[in-house]
Amino acid sequence: MLIAEIERSGLTGRGGGAFPAGRKIRAVAEASTRPRSIRAAGASAAKGSAAKGSAAKGSVIVANGTESEPASRKDYVLLSHAPHLALDGIAMCASAVGASRAYLCVGHDATAIAQSLSGAVADRARAGLDTVPVQVITTAGGYLAGQENALISALNGNAPLPTFVPPRPAERGAHRRPTLVLNVETLAHIALIARFGSDWFRTTGTPGAPGSALVTVTGAVERPGVREIPLGTPLGEVLQRSGLSQPVQAVLTGGYFGTWLPMPAGLAVPVSHEGMRAAGAALGPGVLAVLPESACGLAETARIASFLAAESAGQCGPCRNGLPALAEAWNWIAFGRPGPDIVGWVQQLTGLVTGRGACHLPDGTAGLIKSALSVFAADVRAHLTTGPCTRAGGPAILPVPARGTR
Amino acid sequence: MRADRDGGTEHQLSWPEPRLRVNPIACDAHGVCIELLPELISADPWGYPIIRPGPVPLHLQPLARRAVAACPTLALMLTSPPG
Repeated sequence: MLIAEIERSGLTGRGGGAFPAGRKIRAVAEASTRPRSIRAAGASAAKGSAAKGSAAKGSVIVANGTESEPASRKDYVLLSHAPHLALDGIAMCASAVGASRAYLCVGHDATAIAQSLSGAVADRARAGLDTVPVQVITTAGGYLAGQENALISALNGNAPLPTFVPPRPAERGAHRRPTLVLNVETLAHIALIARFGSDWFRTTGTPGAPGSALVTVTGAVERPGVREIPLGTPLGEVLQRSGLSQPVQAVLTGGYFGTWLPMPAGLAVPVSHEGMRAAGAALGPGVLAVLPESACGLAETARIASFLAAESAGQCGPCRNGLPALAEAWNWIAFGRPGPDIVGWVQQLTGLVTGRGACHLPDGTAGLIKSALSVFAADVRAHLTTGPCTRAGGPAILPVPARGTR
Repeated sequence: MRADRDGGTEHQLSWPEPRLRVNPIACDAHGVCIELLPELISADPWGYPIIRPGPVPLHLQPLARRAVAACPTLALMLTSPPG
């Protein structure tokens, strides 16, 4: 069975959450063979064949290639170069969970990719490769549109915004059916595991973090871009391969939702979810953004915090109010002349927003700020005593999309 | 719920302890819950409720149910922990 093989492989989700893929697939497979609820079961028992009717509707596969994380390019590269790996993964999962339809979602700015993917889907349909129809969907813009519940909400015809769970997508997602949402890279790994087996998958990576992963290296390296690495490769080695030619002070790991890792201490940290977590960082969707000595970590963090605050969907009060307040306070530290209480206020705000939204945007933003407070502690003290450093006025190292382009 | 109140300690041990939860999307900071149950709910700087973590103690459960019923946006919920 494919599900057992994926469980043996130890594959974890590559969208950022690193949840065991096998367990996620099994949950949907089990939910799709279960009657929808006690009430539904009772009603269908009275009507006789109605239960079979609802089970026959099957579950739904959502392949997430939206990649709304601004610094990440891995899903784009994967879908450009090896679209059939993701499509194979969709077909495998569809038969494993008894799906009756599948969606492949890409970002709103990936229209060229969407076109070529639709072509690939049509080719496969002609060849009779896919047992379930795959529909390529271009999602709305915005950082949160790629979030699992936001995707499902959009597929159900609602606003592409996070929702308050439960129900979990595995129980009731798109079209109110059990829904399996997997990142496109995860699906590509599933296609390869189905072809070559879990033992083959485990020949690279580490026993605790098996397999390879796509990472996006950006910032102060000579050859920024996407590369495939064995999980557990020391961070220094990954950065060397991308060309390190200048002194580095920190690396932002896990994307804009992520955590600063101080250098050079962090160079030995293994690039895997467990390795990063042990170092107090996070791999997330595999973004490694390199901050040179010549840049100001506070200024870079300020730009990202402002971006994240602007991306708040505004659905939850603590996020709608707290994130702009947090970004503003941090901008005072980076660029202004704040009073001495500002750090206390920032700390208070990070506590006030954490865990109080429907999605993880407030938690992610608070985590970024907390890591900046500790990694750039000396810079914070310097800014507070003598004002913004000269580096703070320099050009931005880490890309932040301009407002209105997303 | 009735079994909980009448059944004494035997039932309290086996009954999952209820917890207060807020649907942050539905909550509009009306503040009714903060008025009704200051023992467990306080206001953040913007008037949104902050719930004290952990289960609702038995003696506050009637008040908690009242706060849940009084929430104008049905954002406050009394739930049992999973498992």
